[in-house]
Amino acid sequence: MAEGQSEKSQSSERTVPPPVPTGPAFSYFALDEEAKAHGLFQLLDEDGTFDPANTTRFDKTLSTDLYRGMLWTRLMDKQFMALQRQGTIGFYAETLGQEAASIGSAAALEPQDWLVPALREHGAGLYRGMKFESFVAQLFGNADDVTQGRQMPLHPSDPATRYVNMSSCIATQIPHAVGIAMGIQAIGDGSEVCMGFMGDGATSEGEFHVSMNFAGVRKCPVVMVCQNNQWAISTPGAGQTASETIAVKGLGYGIESLRADGNDILAVYEVSRYAVDKARRGDGPTFIELLTYRVSAHTSSDDPSRYRDESVTEVWRNQRDPLVRMRLFLEKNGWMNEAEHEAMVAQIEMTVRETADRQRNVDMPLLRSIIEDVFETTWWRLEEQLDALEETLSK
Amino acid sequence: MPTMNIIQAVNNALRIQMAAEPKSIILGEDVGKFGGVFRATSGLYDEFGEERVIDTPLAEAGIIGAAIGMAVYGMRPIPEIQFSDFIFPAFDQIVNELAKFRYRSGGQYPCPVVIRTPVGGGIRGGHYHSQSPEALFIHTPGLKVVIPSNPYDAKGMLLASLRQDDPVLFMEPKKIYRASRGEVPEEDYTVELGKAKVVREGNQVTLIAYGAMVSVIEEAAAKAAEIGISCEVIDLRTLMPFDIETITESVSKNGRAVMVHEAPQTCGFGAEVCTSLYERCMAHLEAPIQRVCGFDTPFPYSLEHEYLPNADRVLGAIRKTLEW
Repeated sequence: MAEGQSEKSQSSERTVPPPVPTGPAFSYFALDEEAKAHGLFQLLDEDGTFDPANTTRFDKTLSTDLYRGMLWTRLMDKQFMALQRQGTIGFYAETLGQEAASIGSAAALEPQDWLVPALREHGAGLYRGMKFESFVAQLFGNADDVTQGRQMPLHPSDPATRYVNMSSCIATQIPHAVGIAMGIQAIGDGSEVCMGFMGDGATSEGEFHVSMNFAGVRKCPVVMVCQNNQWAISTPGAGQTASETIAVKGLGYGIESLRADGNDILAVYEVSRYAVDKARRGDGPTFIELLTYRVSAHTSSDDPSRYRDESVTEVWRNQRDPLVRMRLFLEKNGWMNEAEHEAMVAQIEMTVRETADRQRNVDMPLLRSIIEDVFETTWWRLEEQLDALEETLSK
Repeated sequence: MPTMNIIQAVNNALRIQMAAEPKSIILGEDVGKFGGVFRATSGLYDEFGEERVIDTPLAEAGIIGAAIGMAVYGMRPIPEIQFSDFIFPAFDQIVNELAKFRYRSGGQYPCPVVIRTPVGGGIRGGHYHSQSPEALFIHTPGLKVVIPSNPYDAKGMLLASLRQDDPVLFMEPKKIYRASRGEVPEEDYTVELGKAKVVREGNQVTLIAYGAMVSVIEEAAAKAAEIGISCEVIDLRTLMPFDIETITESVSKNGRAVMVHEAPQTCGFGAEVCTSLYERCMAHLEAPIQRVCGFDTPFPYSLEHEYLPNADRVLGAIRKTLEW
């Protein structure tokens, strides 16, 4: 059994929905548009301090699920980055430091909802039920990979959980999220919502603005989430935009725009939940900026020590770790002790290791797959090209 | 049987599709209340409503990007790009997203988007209302490219495009939007993609073209017949995937061929057609294949008739193949 988050509790197991919080932090949602876009919503501070009136939604089940989702992401990233360094897989990108932003936002979705990912949402896909075996097969690009090894690692595709396949281009996925939401509006039954992700760099691209404009005009059920990790490879936030916050960019398009502490998974969940519920009610799009930090390199091909002060990174790594903060919350509530945590770590590490060991031994895709899926059926030129290659290989 | 021009035939095909398929949706600039700048979507807004015939903001990347999202969701969107000269803000969406979605997802996300766009010159439109950029898209694996030359094919090939699951760039020759008229059945029918058509049979020189240039080679064939030269006329109709059998058969028979398109010559689709013919018909060829194309210049305004291939230039090329 190698399903990524197979132990995640199903919300349907709950008989009584947890109470919607009314604590003081929630006055944020009553602020005017400008104040929301300039503010920073937070429920759990760096020391794990919280006001119980703000966290009524987070019972043991949900809290443990959220923590496990982040832990899973961090531990698998560590192992896969090691495999990349050994040359076993071709490429990898960690979510290190951004696990709360990735998992907490997607956790607010229901199973029928759509997720249009950017680069660091694979953990969110697994949290929502993407098969881990299938995800790992894609990293190896082998014959078990449903996408037949056609893209670099970290480009999974999973229609079953409505996890849309991405390209490596920046911001091109944002209009797709809006288009899915327009589709929901046109022929859906009103139960679905689409959440689209991007990084801070993507907000400089034309397609971001085009998409925000479409979403504002059409008032479609889309939640656009920007993980502001403050770095687009080597370009810092100040080199990317003169805007005071990323969130305010949404206001010009008539879109309600929220801003939250992206390393506080409770805050991330609540702003996302607010936006998802609003979209599902038919009250239109929301833009969310999650302020976080890319503690890792951009990808396995990057070396941040060449362009940034890593002492700042250390502050985020050591003092603002989203996992540490959530673990303190669990411990303070008496929901997870040291032994339980160790068992969770051991179970995840073993599953990742065993799955990777299995998948690294699977054959490459068949040669013929190179010409399949260009179109629904091949055409004469493709067959001719494959024939010529096979003839060469047979000599 | 009613007589229609290309605009009416396209409009008729869209109406049939929209009525038959609730998942079809039209989106683009001015396609709704106004019915499109060429009137191709005229009346559809009133008939199918604002939710299915959408006037979008002015952003081609948004039109195509949103159409891709709709297709991923399970719809069959029919976006319009007002002029193919203005398709380039959406080039990234078409080339990197639409064309690759099926391949990169291992067939999990086919993207049945049919992009309609007027193409070509001859309407005094200058640089930005006259271009023929088909080769850029044919060179992008994953896109089908169709250019009809008459109302019957326009309706039948548009309906065929809308009933298969691959993305199609459906380019409509705007110069002959109204000039090309013919009998078009009222009912639903399709014309198979990937099949060329022998428009006129002949046994000396094969003339090959598509879109608005088909009427030019027909005129050239008529002029050639007057001086005793017999030309076969072939309308390619679908450029990707193109019909190699029909042209190979004809050129093998005649040993002489002229390829005509209004797009610039260098790296134009004619280069691919000619090379494919050399690969197959070398032993039958009596002369090098001639190309009559647009100049390798931006599309000029005042001298557009000198830029565009015409029957006299084609006739000159026919003579060249015979005198070689």
